[in-house]
Amino acid sequence: MAAAAQSAAAGSPDISTAVDARPRKGGRRLPLAWLGALPFLAYVGIFLILPTGIVVVGAFVGPKGGVTLENVKTIFQGFVFDSFVKSIELSAASSIIGAVFGALLAYAIVSGHPDSTLRRIVTSACGVLAQFGGVTLAFAFIATIGGEGLITVFFADHGIDIGSNVWLFELPGLTLVYSYFQIPLMVLVFLPALDGIKPQWREATDTLGGTGWHYWRHVAAPILWPSFLGAALLLFANAFSAYATVAALVSQGGIIVPLQIANALTSETGAVDAGLGKALALGMVVIVALVMTGYALLQRKSAKWQR
Amino acid sequence: MTQSMTDAAVGPGAASGQGVEVRLEDLRREYGPVIALDGLSLTMAPGEMVALLGPSGCGKTSALRLVAGLEEADAGRIVVGGHDVTSLSANKRGMGMVFQAYSLFPHMTARQNVAFGLRLRGVKDSDRKRRAGDMLELVGLSAQADRFAHQMSGGQQQRVALARALAIQPQVLLLDEPLSALDAKVRVQLRDEIRRIQLEVGTTTLFVTHDQEEALAIADRVGVMRAGRLEQLASPTDVYARPASAFVAEFVGLTNKISGPVQGGRVQVLGTSVAIVGTAVPDGPATAMVRPEAIVLTTDDGAGGDAPGELGTVLAVSFLGAISRITITLPNGGSVIAQLPTSVAAEFPAGSSVRVSVRPDPVPVAPADSPS
Repeated sequence: MAAAAQSAAAGSPDISTAVDARPRKGGRRLPLAWLGALPFLAYVGIFLILPTGIVVVGAFVGPKGGVTLENVKTIFQGFVFDSFVKSIELSAASSIIGAVFGALLAYAIVSGHPDSTLRRIVTSACGVLAQFGGVTLAFAFIATIGGEGLITVFFADHGIDIGSNVWLFELPGLTLVYSYFQIPLMVLVFLPALDGIKPQWREATDTLGGTGWHYWRHVAAPILWPSFLGAALLLFANAFSAYATVAALVSQGGIIVPLQIANALTSETGAVDAGLGKALALGMVVIVALVMTGYALLQRKSAKWQR
Repeated sequence: MTQSMTDAAVGPGAASGQGVEVRLEDLRREYGPVIALDGLSLTMAPGEMVALLGPSGCGKTSALRLVAGLEEADAGRIVVGGHDVTSLSANKRGMGMVFQAYSLFPHMTARQNVAFGLRLRGVKDSDRKRRAGDMLELVGLSAQADRFAHQMSGGQQQRVALARALAIQPQVLLLDEPLSALDAKVRVQLRDEIRRIQLEVGTTTLFVTHDQEEALAIADRVGVMRAGRLEQLASPTDVYARPASAFVAEFVGLTNKISGPVQGGRVQVLGTSVAIVGTAVPDGPATAMVRPEAIVLTTDDGAGGDAPGELGTVLAVSFLGAISRITITLPNGGSVIAQLPTSVAAEFPAGSSVRVSVRPDPVPVAPADSPS
């Protein structure tokens, strides 16, 4: 102890000298690691946070510049509110269909060999088709089951009217069109969850006396459920924010919210209402934020189980 | 430990502290052109723990999966407690299994995992909880009963898996390399724990491993497998000290392969005539398998004389705690490894000249031109 104390005492002046010898100019050195994230932070700031801020503030600004709640009140009224209902219906319907059929397709894929050519082909195709929207997709459907589409004409030649020139441009038709990219997206999102299912869980259930039903009822389904639900929410958000496909299909009116926003911002009759457009956008932001919060919570839960 | 489950709840033939006899009769299993099991026969006595040991691809895991009912045999029979279970599905065999990979159900707590098999059998909730509690106590994890898999270490997860397998009072316990994913210290602890528990519950146990130390440490008998067949099935001592073949000698433990002629059923090794174990070897050149601890070193005093052995030079000394391994080069360019207590090994520093001979214990021998 004494020796240690002596040593410490003797060493003190040296330590103090060493500290004093360091340059004081500039104080503490700034960590440079965060500089790597600067481009991303700038991108998010300019293209996400700034526009969101403009939308949030603008939703409460009247035509003459004053603060108002009128814009927000309007979105709960008449055809504007109906567009929210239609948007939610379309997103819900296409996400449920996409989730169910996408999950079945994903299950079929994982049932095969993990390195099979078929799996690579299907997942690659899903990667492309999940991004296949807009005018191209709209045209594909118009050319096949539109009023003068290939299939419509074929059936008409055989005396059958499939009536697609009406329903294709309404909720059922839009749901069908959206499913075209929703199902592949579900495959991509849900595949990792299915891959995370360990074969030992099935075998453990078997050796413990369980059947296939027991396995699905008590093991696989409870483990997959959060991932499935989370993926379905992601599909909902994907459909809810889609614009180009429906804009190409429906040239008149504002059947869904993104079209209402377009109408409010670019009216050909001069009735531009930027405040309403921003209030509609705010409504979308709130709904998507809620959905994505649910998605994040479910993902956190399922990720914990599938480590 | 509570033994409150009824026979009906756990199935016919359920172990109640007593193991059952398990017979594998001439089992065959092929995967396309690959023969995994080539007429494997093995009888396990009630309550016995047998370890199947062998290199990768020797068929040990296939054998275990056939017994579990997770795969079907192409030919042969599996008889458990006098009943032919070959055609029974896995869920009707009443076997407990612990897997190599962590296999706890991640959405269930440790207690729920252990109780799962009982739940499938319709055991009352209160009995389930009590039994699961007993099992967790048996594996020393009562305090972790409400934890999920991701909140437990690998060793704890494998203990819970063991408790889950035992909770259904299985006829046979199957352990498929349950320690291979664990770090060395935990592996040794859990290895001893498994043996303690197996002795306590008395369940006939088949343990598959590629770790010879593990197999030799805890099994009643060790079956060394090669190419789908049992090369030797014997007590750990016999497998080590009296290997039935050159393959077993080489696979289990450290072995020196020393050339020497065979003459009249004995082999000449480093100047000592030694008896041969296992199958007879024809006269002529051969390779003897000699354990490092059977190598005898004496200080070379330069006198030579009639002392048996050959002169060599100590190349290196590896300190392994209580023992040390000494590598000696021989005049013919070959080398041998000797294993001595560290205190004795100190007499043979690197670079020193030594006389190398062998103890006259019987050794397995392979003809010089045969693969081991």
